[in-house]
Amino acid sequence: MDNHNNIHSLEMKFQSKIDAEVKIEPKDWMPEAYRKTLIRQISQHAHSEIVGMLPEGNWILRAPSLRRKVALLAKVQDEAGHGLYLYSAAETLGISREELFEQLITGKAKYSSIFNYPTLSWADIGAVGWLVDGAAIMNQVMLTRTSYGPYARAMVRICKEESFHQRQGYEILISLSRGTEEQKKMLQDAVDRWWWPALMMFGPNDSASTHSEQSLKWKIKRKSNDELRQDFIDATVLQANYLGVKLPDPNLKWNEERGHYDFGDINWEEFWAVVNGNGPCNKLRLKARKKAQEEGAWVREAAMAHAEKRAKRKAEKVA
Amino acid sequence: MDKKEWPLWEIFIRSKSGLSHKHAGSLHAADAEMAIENARDVYTRRNEGVSIWVVKSSEVIASDPEQEYMFESAKNKIYRHPTFYDIPEEVGHM
Repeated sequence: MDNHNNIHSLEMKFQSKIDAEVKIEPKDWMPEAYRKTLIRQISQHAHSEIVGMLPEGNWILRAPSLRRKVALLAKVQDEAGHGLYLYSAAETLGISREELFEQLITGKAKYSSIFNYPTLSWADIGAVGWLVDGAAIMNQVMLTRTSYGPYARAMVRICKEESFHQRQGYEILISLSRGTEEQKKMLQDAVDRWWWPALMMFGPNDSASTHSEQSLKWKIKRKSNDELRQDFIDATVLQANYLGVKLPDPNLKWNEERGHYDFGDINWEEFWAVVNGNGPCNKLRLKARKKAQEEGAWVREAAMAHAEKRAKRKAEKVA
Repeated sequence: MDKKEWPLWEIFIRSKSGLSHKHAGSLHAADAEMAIENARDVYTRRNEGVSIWVVKSSEVIASDPEQEYMFESAKNKIYRHPTFYDIPEEVGHM
């Protein structure tokens, strides 16, 4: 068989495995484009977990009570763990952790645009948990069934931990909704600012999404951007009503015929501006990551030196 | 890349006594002791384990997924399963 035919038959076999819901594992043959798409998507996802710690970390020292503080600390710690699970999954595809970090710091790899928005008040921590984690969960629950084994397994672990994040956020908002006029205003203001960026988290409309069709065929994704966005809106409206907040969309209304909520147009110009580096905090986030990477270098080196010393001592003992 | 990179470790967790260790994931650490400490922080934050094994990823030797014939011979040996044997119902559970 010549090379071209060989690749073709491997691709056919690969797709038939996908169609039969057989997971792809690291050492299995896979098309280069599948590998590349996964590295791009998983690393983007990992970077989002890591950068996502920054807007929340901003409020750890200012949490209004010890209960809120330990919860927020635990949540941010979880995000670091989630980043690690995902980096590990990406590494099974043949890219090193150092390369992944490098791509984040140089801006070659993206992370979710949502983290380029600032957390201006305590209510934002509630809104991030409720809306941002809520949107992330929609996507991540779908990804527990993704076709690449290590990615699916990381997602199962992440989803188990993530539901606490959304609940702690919503609980913060419930407290505010039962508070003073000023607290209610804080709540509404946070929802006004986070609602649309949260909807943008699902990515461009299906008609404008470049990677969607192939990703669905490969079952990397199981639902389209627009389907997930609709699921999220349908699930969230009731929760907003309970809080007594108004979602900032005059066109949001139940459509009996569709069995879904209709909603207004998303400002895609804003979305692309933030993706392309011009959001309110893009530069700040990358600067913080770069600083952490550089200032943590001595710790990584010291750990290595310690390990070498320990190994040497052990060898001497044996000798 | 320089030699300062931390090696990769595979992490196995025993969730409770009586159960075997199960692969939980992997992480980078400078040596085995630190891998165990990191694994505790990453993989047992919610009481998921009572014991941890760490194995250097480079030490794991795996079968080749291309060699599908490795598992072929077991496929047609259905007589290795209890359901292959007919036992009258009145004999009861066996």
